[in-house]
Amino acid sequence: MGFYLMDGNEAIARGAFAAGCRFFAGYPITPASTIFDTLFKLIPAAGGICIQGEDEIASIGYCLGASMAGMKTMTATSGPGISLYSEQISFAVGSEIPIVIVDVQRLGPSTGSATRGADGDIQFLRWGNSGGLPVIVLAPVDVRDCFVLTMQAFNLAERFRCPVFIASNKEIALTRESVHSRDMTPIRVENRVEPDADMIHLPFGVTGDNSTPGFLPIGGHATVRQTSSTHGPDGYITTDPQVIHQFQKRLCNKLISAITDYTFYDFYASDRKNPLVIVYGITARAALDSLRTIPEEKRPFSLLILKTLWPVPEALIREKGESAEKIIVVEMNMGQYVKEIERVLSRRDIRFLGQMNGNLITPEQILEVVSNE
Amino acid sequence: MNNSLLNPQRPPVFCPGCTHDRIVHEVDLAIQKLNLNADQVVLVSDIGCSGLFDTFFKTHAFHGLHGRALTYAAGLKMARPDLTVIVTMGDGGIGIGGAHFLAACRRNLDLTLLILNNFNFGMTGGQFSVTTPPESQVGSGFLNRLERPLDICETGRSAGAAYLGRYSGFQKDLAEKLAEAIRYPGFSVIDIWGICPGRYTKKNKLSIKTIETTLEKLDLFDGPVKENMRKEYFTHYRELAGQLPPPLPPLHLEAAFEPLPGDRHDLILMGDAGQRILTAGEILCLAGMTAGMRVSQKNEYNITVLRGPSISEIILAKEQIGYTGIETPSVLIAVGREGIGRRKSLFARIPPHGLIITGSDLELPPVQCKVLKLDFQKFKISPQDRALAAIGALAKSRRVIHMEMLQQALELRFGSNAPSSLELISRVSVENP
Repeated sequence: MGFYLMDGNEAIARGAFAAGCRFFAGYPITPASTIFDTLFKLIPAAGGICIQGEDEIASIGYCLGASMAGMKTMTATSGPGISLYSEQISFAVGSEIPIVIVDVQRLGPSTGSATRGADGDIQFLRWGNSGGLPVIVLAPVDVRDCFVLTMQAFNLAERFRCPVFIASNKEIALTRESVHSRDMTPIRVENRVEPDADMIHLPFGVTGDNSTPGFLPIGGHATVRQTSSTHGPDGYITTDPQVIHQFQKRLCNKLISAITDYTFYDFYASDRKNPLVIVYGITARAALDSLRTIPEEKRPFSLLILKTLWPVPEALIREKGESAEKIIVVEMNMGQYVKEIERVLSRRDIRFLGQMNGNLITPEQILEVVSNE
Repeated sequence: MNNSLLNPQRPPVFCPGCTHDRIVHEVDLAIQKLNLNADQVVLVSDIGCSGLFDTFFKTHAFHGLHGRALTYAAGLKMARPDLTVIVTMGDGGIGIGGAHFLAACRRNLDLTLLILNNFNFGMTGGQFSVTTPPESQVGSGFLNRLERPLDICETGRSAGAAYLGRYSGFQKDLAEKLAEAIRYPGFSVIDIWGICPGRYTKKNKLSIKTIETTLEKLDLFDGPVKENMRKEYFTHYRELAGQLPPPLPPLHLEAAFEPLPGDRHDLILMGDAGQRILTAGEILCLAGMTAGMRVSQKNEYNITVLRGPSISEIILAKEQIGYTGIETPSVLIAVGREGIGRRKSLFARIPPHGLIITGSDLELPPVQCKVLKLDFQKFKISPQDRALAAIGALAKSRRVIHMEMLQQALELRFGSNAPSSLELISRVSVENP
């Protein structure tokens, strides 16, 4: 067994391909463009489609069309592109179109700094859709995560018929590292499920305990309706408040009720009198550096690395956080996910360490906050 | 009308006298002329009154955001080239989706776009659109008097649309014209002029007759546009994709050497953009990996490609690497002024046992460690090869990597081109720098 030398973007592209992604459309943007570069080598040669859209809105639109024809699709961009995707994201949420959306975050706001990293889009990814219904956001820590979580993202998009975000960061995307070949082993691939025979004319109908409608592709024998309008189970516009309420509730429940099935995280325990540090993304690596070489009984803090950010894994955060005397949240932004931790734990005494200046938060900065607690 | 694809449960609901109503039936007739079944056709509709079209048919239907119908249609068509994909948009959609219209004309994917052009936004209050004449009375005050209307067909022609038709919505042979456009194996655009009784003709005189006389005065668009006829996009895409070489698997390395002493090495390469700093960094990583080291390479550069600094922070370690930044490097390779300028404060932090490799023509801030100054000119090393040459000097000094490691890395990365890099490195002497 040997190693690869790979950056996060290449690992995302390879994870997508391994998950069965055969349609990619994107508009050039630093630091996301190299995802396209890798997929352009992989997808067309395998009979699939990889294209450059005339803009971001078009790129995600191509993906939504192809997804409704049954293909597994992905697009990739950075903060400025996510802004332009916004209403198409709302469409994918409300009309239950599977798609994986990669946000290789760069320093904002706005055009910001194309080649500097940040985790400034974490609340934006959750709330950047009209209607405010939940979405899934996964946050990789390293190249291995980029591969595995992208495969997971496709599985979740297929399982729940929804957009799934990968919240990457320039510092993971364009940083090369050695990765063990066994860490690039594909996981089990899921595919969207057809509806029962009696449901084929109800493209948004559910039966029994299912919260996600079965999927039939546009172009199959049974004709399929897709619409961005508020619709009933039959895919036609509706104004019936009862039907609309059931629909909105179902879209919330389908993701939130199953969150424990896709709560991805790492936890490093220490004495419970020590602070609990909660991190995600590239910043997790600085925190880990302070723990890796220390035996468990001597660790200066416990560490919770969240890899599922949205929906908020509330049970996990309560389980790890309720018994902790002190909690420190570290993020590469000015304070975003810390608000979720405060909300879930109903605590106001949570210490926050944040920075958004293009530099990584260092292990020393984290240790300093820990030792001050 | 036995083979009609209209949905009997959902008859059209347009205002009395709306041309859209007639066009719905003409589209149905056109599809029948082509003997297509409901499951072979997708109607992709935009927003506005043209956005209601999909609900009147039994075909596959895709109704999305305003102006974006062509994007969904393109995705569907490429995923399922066997389907007949018909897009309905209004003159409003052509405005907001202008970039997609131009892109579709340039691309020539086999879609049919029907533009239901009634010169205003009917659904939202009769505001002006990109086709509203300046003399019209609209729901946007005097604003339409300030803008020039867009000629859809002229725009399509200059953007490369291979098939263009401009017709009255009342034309007797409209269904036949639509069938021809759908049959055409490329992007066909049909600009259909009609009347919006709910808004536009309340304040403006427009009749079947005036539409016809106006159309007669304009250039005729009625079929394939000779100068734009070419290969259909997706057929061409497949053709070119079929010529691509099979993708190479990622480079895979197994340890072949024992690493040199030291559990961890923190190196920073710095220079000017264009000096192949990142490639040299990659070579250094691969060299470390030939001795089983874990590596990371964090890069910093400006968005400008051939200007500004280029910096690569490289860690080679026996253990898994967490934090990828470097606070105190043990080795610094400085081959360009821009990089040195960006990280001036770093030099004083290099410990006494550290090493700097640089060019004899470069000025460095004060340091307390050994400096190996290479006379790149004497060795006939061009500026873009300095970083690689400096790594060669590192290997020749047996610091961090040795020459066998470097040679294997170069062979892995450059294949048959490795000998020229090795020759370049052989010119560098660390004894007589």
